[in-house]
Amino acid sequence: MAPRAELVHWAFAAGFLLLGLILLAEVIVGTEVFAMRRWRVYLWPSIAFGIGVALWPVSVFFTNSTIHMLAHASWAEVAMLAGAVQLAFVRGKLTSRWWTLSLSFTLLVSAAAFLVHEQNSWLFSRAAFLHHAIGWTLLVAAIFPLGQVLQPRRAAWSAGFALTWVVLAVMLFCDRDVAPIFGHLSDLAAPR
Amino acid sequence: MSSEIVGPLERATERDRVGRRAGRALAIEAIGPLVILAGIVWAIFQPYRIVFLDPAGKGFYDYLVQPPLLVIGVGLLFALGVAPGLLEDLRSSDGAKS
Repeated sequence: MAPRAELVHWAFAAGFLLLGLILLAEVIVGTEVFAMRRWRVYLWPSIAFGIGVALWPVSVFFTNSTIHMLAHASWAEVAMLAGAVQLAFVRGKLTSRWWTLSLSFTLLVSAAAFLVHEQNSWLFSRAAFLHHAIGWTLLVAAIFPLGQVLQPRRAAWSAGFALTWVVLAVMLFCDRDVAPIFGHLSDLAAPR
Repeated sequence: MSSEIVGPLERATERDRVGRRAGRALAIEAIGPLVILAGIVWAIFQPYRIVFLDPAGKGFYDYLVQPPLLVIGVGLLFALGVAPGLLEDLRSSDGAKS
């Protein structure tokens, strides 16, 4: 028996929360201190890559329409891309800071997938609202990696990027399969 | 430059540095407990999210994924797995600089 969609969303929320906290910790202590233990610099690329890998079974087994499958598969691909690029950075295989723009690409693709695959209006249900909110949040957040490339010494960009994942985790934890949002719930979402 | 000016300036810079170091260490120490506290508060406000407290009609996956417990778990993981090493390195880095 497959788990309900909300359970899968909550499990991923935990992963995003951990990812956000690790990135936030790096911002607080600075990259120099953070990199003093080698394993730590592998943490967030590995979690991002792992989230991408974990999204594949979700795409294949737990989606109920083609557009849902395509959306989840595109998240899986870009999450793995982001993780792989960062792993290559850590290993020294990539050196140009312009590769950081792959994170902007990841966020833009994810945002587009969220917004395109949600066919219902904002107040259809809580899940529909969160799809729109997450999509627009990720779209705005795509500015942070660009800022990191253009102004690498400015911590605000890195902090914004880290907090994006914490906010995403909070929104995913708020998700329910069928629940009202601000008192609204479409009859189509929950037939009476 | 006169040593009467340089002395107080150096002391002010040192005070700033110590203040920043203490703030950063405090922030790292606080993240884990704050996340754990958030999970506990959530569990208190929505106890039905903890399957152990409301097991009727719940299956295997419900026991596996309980949001407040996941939040507490992430907080614990950070507080016990990441924060101690970071604090140690932060102190040793500051010790090496001073």
